[in-house]
Amino acid sequence: MNSPPEKARIATIWLDGCSGCHMSFLDIDHRLLEIADRIELVYGPLVDHKEFPENVDVTIVEGAITNEEDEHKIRLVRERTKLLVALGDCAVTGNVPSLRNSFSVDSLYSRAYIENAAEQPAIPKEDIPPLLDRTRPLHEVVSVDLHVPGCPPHPDHIFSVLGDLLDGHIPHLGTIVRFG
Amino acid sequence: MSKTITIDPVTRIEGHSKITIQLNDQGQVDEARFHVTQFRGFEKFTEGRPYYEMPGITARICGICPISHLLASAKACDDLLGVRIPAAADRARRILHMGQTVQSHALSFFHLSAPDILLGMDADPAKRHVLGLAQAHPEIAKEGIWLRMFGQQVIEWLAGRRIHPAWVVPGGVATPLTAEVRDKILEGIPRAIEITQRALELWHGVLGEFKEEVATFGNFPTHFLSLTAPDGGLDLYDGNLRLRDAQRGIVADQLDPTAYDEHIGEAVEPWSYLKMPFYRPQGYPEGIYRVGPLARLNNADHCGTELADKELAEFRKLSANGGAVLSSFHYHYARLIEILYCLETARELLNHPDCLDTNVRAVAQPSRREGVGVAEAPRGTLIHHYRINDGGQIAWANLIIATGHNNMAMNRGITQAAKKFVHGDRIEEGALNRVEAVIRCYDPCLSCSTHALGQMTLRLQLLDSNGNVLDEKARA
Ligand code: SF4
Repeated sequence: MNSPPEKARIATIWLDGCSGCHMSFLDIDHRLLEIADRIELVYGPLVDHKEFPENVDVTIVEGAITNEEDEHKIRLVRERTKLLVALGDCAVTGNVPSLRNSFSVDSLYSRAYIENAAEQPAIPKEDIPPLLDRTRPLHEVVSVDLHVPGCPPHPDHIFSVLGDLLDGHIPHLGTIVRFG
Repeated sequence: MSKTITIDPVTRIEGHSKITIQLNDQGQVDEARFHVTQFRGFEKFTEGRPYYEMPGITARICGICPISHLLASAKACDDLLGVRIPAAADRARRILHMGQTVQSHALSFFHLSAPDILLGMDADPAKRHVLGLAQAHPEIAKEGIWLRMFGQQVIEWLAGRRIHPAWVVPGGVATPLTAEVRDKILEGIPRAIEITQRALELWHGVLGEFKEEVATFGNFPTHFLSLTAPDGGLDLYDGNLRLRDAQRGIVADQLDPTAYDEHIGEAVEPWSYLKMPFYRPQGYPEGIYRVGPLARLNNADHCGTELADKELAEFRKLSANGGAVLSSFHYHYARLIEILYCLETARELLNHPDCLDTNVRAVAQPSRREGVGVAEAPRGTLIHHYRINDGGQIAWANLIIATGHNNMAMNRGITQAAKKFVHGDRIEEGALNRVEAVIRCYDPCLSCSTHALGQMTLRLQLLDSNGNVLDEKARA
């Protein structure tokens, strides 16, 4: 009897994005159950693992890099991942999160925590990661193996990309995907 | 020696966060804190953008409830224009909102919380997720996926795509409903209702196993805030603000939502990017209140649709003395009842004789410098408030997001659960999961609430009284 084929170790992470790319992944609907047999979800917002594991085959990253924790995380993820996929415009270009780059970090904090606060106005600093000076797309910080643009990318494209990766090749996306 | 336990990341929630639990010198839980670790800055960086870009930009606050942001933002823009949108546009926006609420509530119940409810709080964490659910209860997982898909399809059919469509515009919607779309949605509604009713049966069946959770998952008196219709009925799109107390007595009613600022203030705590809204007349932190499905059902006099009202009568029985239902565990229940309400309401709207009316957009130029839009997002009251300059560019923005309103209640809820389930300096996995599960009841959308979105994560840390980390719990 053949032993069952080994499952691909897949992780997903979510940095400075809106979760829309993760939602578009869930929008593959019942095909989720189809791929459930081929993959093991070893890390991500839908599962309970707290520690990013070693030896991950594919990590799908949503969102840009905006704070110290994101930066730390993406470096760790890169080290432990064979194929790193930037999913969606935020990860690919910085998109909406990077609109903040034309403002100083102080002015962003001040609007939220000083001007628009009725009680105890102060910039929160305890136990939470500070913003970097600007928001960056993934490729500015780590090497990226595949860029999948879209805001979010269409679920059919996410499904076909994942299928190709599981079959062992990096797809040529050509004109099938687009920004926005 | 006192200690702190950290849970990081909090998983199966929609945002970036961690929890710290402070133990006192006797090793008992003193206080638990829910830290939201992401900040994005939408209130500032939208400055200078033309007002009509705001729906498209602010929808990118959240990919789970982008429609709620689109609607609140478009309503704020309607207010800037000083227009009343055509009746058919109002109905079209409502149907869209029903689709969004169904998919978001289905996600919360089936994909994120059902693993706790059906596999058990102490189930193997490696299997305690939606794919694990699919193995243990394939039918339920399939139905949950179908229900979420249906909600997303309603959005796609109406608005052109599932996530971040551009159909809702200041003044109404871009295109009228077609007969084809109307019929497709109407065709799916019976199955969606059946699935929801089966989920409700399941809920009633297992509720008895969760007595401890019901008693300790955020079970305390607070006020409840939501929009209600002018007749006091449930309304997710429009209406006026109502506040009830724990006895279900009305504290304030039919408040003009555009004057939210007179009633709601926001406080800052140094350890979280998520602010703490409070009811101004009572001050901070006494003015604690809750929003979202539990608050809406406590507040509303009725749902106004047959099946939802029947279930609402059952919901009322959870409180013996006619008071409000206080346990946050029942957010799950309230969410299922609201799905029924949404499906029944969508059917009514689609059967309206003028459903296909083509007058769906009012065209106007800004006539005011300030606009406020308020809607009931799946997670609660969502407020967008803009000021513009002469050129129609945003000069200032304030956003109060559903999850934010629940911030104080989430903190108090995890403190209550930690006191019950965490003892001494050893952290059992099941205890940790229960503390997280309190957060999941509120279905917080943290990307939203800090105008950010993040990882569904949580860390448990044990700190001594000087704040030194003595132990950290992370699931490997
Ligand atoms: S690319 Fe678009 S959908 Fe994806 S996270 Fe960014 S804003 Fe959201």
